[in-house]
This record gives sequence, C-alpha cells and structure tokens, in this order.
Amino acid sequence: MTAEPYRGTVTIASERCKGCELCVVACPPRVLSMSDDVNEAGYRYPLLAPGCIGCSLCHAVCPDFVFDVYRFPLPAE
Amino acid sequence: MITTDGSNAGQREPAMPELYSGSEVIARSAIMAGCRFFAGYPMSPFTELLESFSKLMTGPGRVCVNAESEIEGANMVIGAAATGARAATGSCGQGIALMQEAIAESALNQTPIVVFNMARGQQDYFQATRGGGWGDYRTITLAPKDVFEAGEHTQLLFHLADKYRAPVLLYGDHFIAHTEVSIRLEAREFGPLHPKDWALDGALGGTGRSRQIWTWNSGKVLSPGPGPDEHWRRIGAKFEAIAAAEQRWESAHEGADTMIVSFGTAAVFVERVVADLRAEGHSVGWFRPITLWPFPAAALERAAAGASRVLVFEVNAGQMVEDVRLALPDRSRIASIGGVSFDDSGLRYGTLMDVPEIRARVVGALSRERIG
Amino acid sequence: MTTTQGPGLSGARQVAQARPNLLQTTEHHFCAGCGEPIAMRLILEVIDELDLAQRTIAVVGHGCYGGFVRQIDVDVLQCLHGRAPSCATGIKRMRPDSVVFTLQGDGDMVNEGLQEVLHTAARGERVTCVLLNNGVFGDTGGHLTAATVLGQRTKTSLSGREAAEHGYPIPVADLVASLRGTAYVARAAVHNGPAIVTAKRVLRRAFEHQLNGDGFTLVEILTMCPTGWFVSPASGGTYSETTLAGAYPLGELTTAPKPAGGGNDAAAG
Repeated sequence: MTAEPYRGTVTIASERCKGCELCVVACPPRVLSMSDDVNEAGYRYPLLAPGCIGCSLCHAVCPDFVFDVYRFPLPAE
Repeated sequence: MITTDGSNAGQREPAMPELYSGSEVIARSAIMAGCRFFAGYPMSPFTELLESFSKLMTGPGRVCVNAESEIEGANMVIGAAATGARAATGSCGQGIALMQEAIAESALNQTPIVVFNMARGQQDYFQATRGGGWGDYRTITLAPKDVFEAGEHTQLLFHLADKYRAPVLLYGDHFIAHTEVSIRLEAREFGPLHPKDWALDGALGGTGRSRQIWTWNSGKVLSPGPGPDEHWRRIGAKFEAIAAAEQRWESAHEGADTMIVSFGTAAVFVERVVADLRAEGHSVGWFRPITLWPFPAAALERAAAGASRVLVFEVNAGQMVEDVRLALPDRSRIASIGGVSFDDSGLRYGTLMDVPEIRARVVGALSRERIG
Repeated sequence: MTTTQGPGLSGARQVAQARPNLLQTTEHHFCAGCGEPIAMRLILEVIDELDLAQRTIAVVGHGCYGGFVRQIDVDVLQCLHGRAPSCATGIKRMRPDSVVFTLQGDGDMVNEGLQEVLHTAARGERVTCVLLNNGVFGDTGGHLTAATVLGQRTKTSLSGREAAEHGYPIPVADLVASLRGTAYVARAAVHNGPAIVTAKRVLRRAFEHQLNGDGFTLVEILTMCPTGWFVSPASGGTYSETTLAGAYPLGELTTAPKPAGGGNDAAAG
C-alpha cells in the first residue's frame, strides 16, 4: 500500500473495546482493521493504518467509547 | 387543636367553624400541611376527595391531576415526591389494590407519599397493614374514627411521611368521606424535619455528585451507595424503629372483664355500645388501635390484662383479630364478633354497623361461658 | 493500553471526545455492538451542549439501559417498569423549570407502559420521552415485545414473529404523533454514521421544544441488539437498517410545533 499523508488521527483506548468491529464497517477510507492479539478482556481491538481523514465516524458508531478523534490543519509530512 | 365547641385555650385568633364533609376536611388539612401535588382517579367513595382537591389545589405551586388510572396517579405522586414536594394520592380499597406496587416502591426508594383510602363497606385491615407490594416494607397506617380525627391524622401523616421517608396511609371510609361536620380547621406544628437534601432538582448535574433515587440504592460510580443488600437491611431496620416509636391507640375502662377491640368508624359504635352496657352494670371496656400499623400490641396486652374476654369487632371476615391473637398470650379469651356486612349496593356497610346489632353480639358473647 | 498510530498529536485539534462530559465512566457491561450506549452518548452530548446539566432530571425505566443510572451525571429517578412518563409528569409539574426526560426500552414503553406514554402525550406534558427500540426485551435475554417486527426471531418467537400467532407490532411513535398534546416526534437510529448524526439533531430539537414549552416530545431511537437478534455485532447495523427501519421508517413524524398549552404546571398563576 502506498504511504498516504494523514489528515486526521485517532487515539484508541483498546482496553475498552469489545471487538464489535462496527468501526471497521463504518470507516470510509478503511484504515481500521482488527488486531491479531487481544486485550485484557479477550477482545481483538482496532488498529489504525495511514490515511485517516478525521471524519470521526468511528467515534460515532462505537458503543464502547474507544476513540478520540483529531484533525490536522495540513497534511502531515 | 381542632375543636368543635369554639374553645381554643387563648391562642391566636381562632378560625371560624365551617360545615365541611370529611372529604373536604381531608383535602383542606392536606393543603394546610403543605401538600402541593395530588393525583387521583375517581371511584366511590373516594371521588369527593378528588373533587375537593381539584377545587382547592389552585394557585402557584399547587397541582391536582385527574389521573387516567390509579397506577398512573400513584406514579405521578412518586415523581412529585422525588422532587421534595409533599404529594398524595388515594382511592378506595379497589383502587389501592392497583397501587400496591407503587406503595412498595415508595418504601424501598424512600420517596414520601401519602395515600388516602376512603374505603367501601369492609374494613380492609390486611390490605392496609400487610400490603401486596414486593419487598420488606411496612405502611404506617392511621385509622381515624371520625371526620375530626381524619383532619388531624392527615396533617400528621404528611409529617410522618417526611420524617421517615416512607409511604403512609389514612384508612378512612364512606362515613368519613360523606359526613358533614361543623369544624374549625387549623394548621398543626410537628417540629422540625431534616432538610430534603436527597430530593431531585437537577442542580448537581455535571458535578460528579448528581443525585439518584433508586430502590437498589447502588449510587453512582463517583458516589457509590450501599447497594441493595445493605439498603434493604437498613430499610427493614427503619421500619422496626418506626414500629417502636409510632404506635398510637386509645382505650377506656382498662381492667374491665370484657374488652372490645375495634378500629375506625366501627369504634364509634363500639364506644356507644360499651357506654350503654356499663350503664346497665356490665364490666366492659374498649380498645381502639389508631395506628393499624404499627399495631399497639403491648398497649393492648396491658389493657386486656384483666379481661376474661377479648371481643374483636370489625366489619370483615376476620382480619385485625389475627394481630390481636399475636398480641395476647392467652388466645382462648379472644372471639371475633364482627363479620362481612354490606348494603345492597355493595359499596357501604350493611346492617352490622349498627348499635343494636353490635350490642346483641356483645351480649351474646357475655352470656356464653366459653368463647373463642 | 491506549494506542496512537501515525504522526502523533502535535498540532492536532480534537474533533471528537471519547467520553462525554456527563458520563462518569466509560466502563459498561453492554454487549459488543449494542446501540444503547451510542444513543446514551448522544443524549448526554445534547444535554451538555445545550448547557442543561444543572436543570436535568432523568427518569429511567427497566431494561439493559438501566445500567446507566450509575453512570450518567445528572439527577436520576429510577422508576417502575413502564411508569416513567407518569413519574416524569409529577417531576415536571413540581419543577417546571427543570428539563425532564425518560429513558425507556420498547418493552418498557410499548408493553408495560403503553397507556402511560399515550396519556402523558395527550396531556401535553412538557417532558421528552426517549424510546430505545431494539424490538426485544433485551435485559431478560431477548424476548418478544409489542414492538418486535414481523419475521423477527426472538426466544419467544423462534421461527420469527407471525401475525397470525403474535399479532402485529405497535408503532408507538405514530400513535403519539396523532395526539394533539404532542409537539414533536421523531424516529431515528444509530446503525451508521449519517443516522447517528441525524439522531443527535432530532434529540436536540426535542429538547428545544421542551425548553420552549411546546408540549410533549418523543424521540424513538432504533438501537442494535445483536445478541437479541442472533446476529454478529458487526452486522447489527445492517439488520437495524433493513429489518427494523423497514418497519419503523425514520424521520420526523410531526411538522409544525403545536401551540403551547395542555398541562397546567406549578408555575401557572
């Protein structure tokens, strides 16, 4: 995959995640995918790939308060 | 002090006596006690109480809702009481039956509600004192014998409800609801109460100390509560303390050979029968629980200590007699002389609630060697 | 472990906050993929954004969402099953300056409490009832309610709800919208991003109608219950979009706000 600049990013509180994958379904640039390992509760959790646009749809659809969402004024180098 | 003869022991200028029905006395007494919310559903003989509140609960801060059902009315009252307002509902026994869940809820989540039972032609002691809601709760119940007491008890009940954060019940009936008396109504003082810092007003929202009213009382993450086990134990203990502190009764001629136990309107008739029989030389006395719960068991035991007969007169198939049996060590002395008695409408007491009938039953018991 | 991937947060501005200000903890026991925490988050965000926290009293019924009584940082009365609209009435009449909302599931509102919500709406009580509708009694394990849609499988309709045996679902929002005491009714969902944005908007409108004294307001929010629906959490949104929203069309069910009136309150002279 070509490296794309970020326009946004998220912090992921992976310990809160219950592995529902609604964020993966919702993410428009498809930069979220589920981890291979599990958190303390036994759930796989999302990982962020480059290309986040800071749309905050993951935050919107998440039932478990996992995401804080940020945007950058210019594409990052 | 509510008086009927105009004497007022030199206090502030007395109110003028007015002719009021018991229904109106209760409504006016409630408003004097600061009741600001009433919700009810019409059903005879409670209907006039709802009408009185509807007529009188006017002005800023006072609300009367003709609720669409007893259950809705009772739950509106819980909501009103949860904000700290003095709130009441009522019905006759058939409607109180629908409110059992709400009364228990009020006991377990500690919202003070006042419930008026203007009962039909049967003294439903069990419904008042045992209740049909879920949980370990009791209902403080006052049974006035006449309109004057009904007014006094009404004011007292609002105080007790707030003092103990518990549901309370006035056990009235169609005689009290519909009898008109000349009465001078005055507000009574009962002493200071703990401020209602538990009441919901929204003000602590967002501070981490916002309030919660919940039967489980688990509190919030930032302000935990005791949780259901501890909470319900404490409520059980609270009712034990109330039982010790709030018994009320009246009696006459303690030590008489025959004691007659009755409550509410029936006690007025029994009092008259006893007076007549005493004038004829019989050794008869009477005992009247004023609180049906807590039942004044120790007082009854003392009053009946010298009696060889304890007669229980109640217009039902035998309810309070069970608490009389629990109170007295020698149950062989106890006999029920009451019974079910309705008029043809099925709404009012029948022929049994009459002095000659009651007298005949007492005399019959006096003439039997063994009773019980 | 909180992970941040990519370029780090230097120079970034936050556009979405995980934990709403009015939620005391993010920890909860709701199933993976449950829609109720999403709906709860929107309600708390609206209350916060309208600066209503210190005037709000919530009345919470019985269901999975009952767990929120421990976590929401507003005054809360937890009440009997179905009775929230009546409790809300008593609260609002005694504190007319407060903002009162109920939180009820379909089992609570459409089963146990159907007459409560209809009467409260007809009276025009200035409260906002929020219906979290997932078409099941979730808290008891997933059973048929009066809102379960035809064909929906539950533990008491294992081959799917059939009209001949189970009757038809009751669209309570339509019933409420037909009453003159009702000022505003909207049906929303949380099954995808755009729906969530709209849900927040209609919640805000409902509270604004309450603030305006316009009358009764109801917001129905279709919420995912993958456990009760026997589907995977990730496909809960699709199930909601196709099955539930098919039976309960989204949108605003009322048009112009009704004139203020109905329900005299404690402040009326």
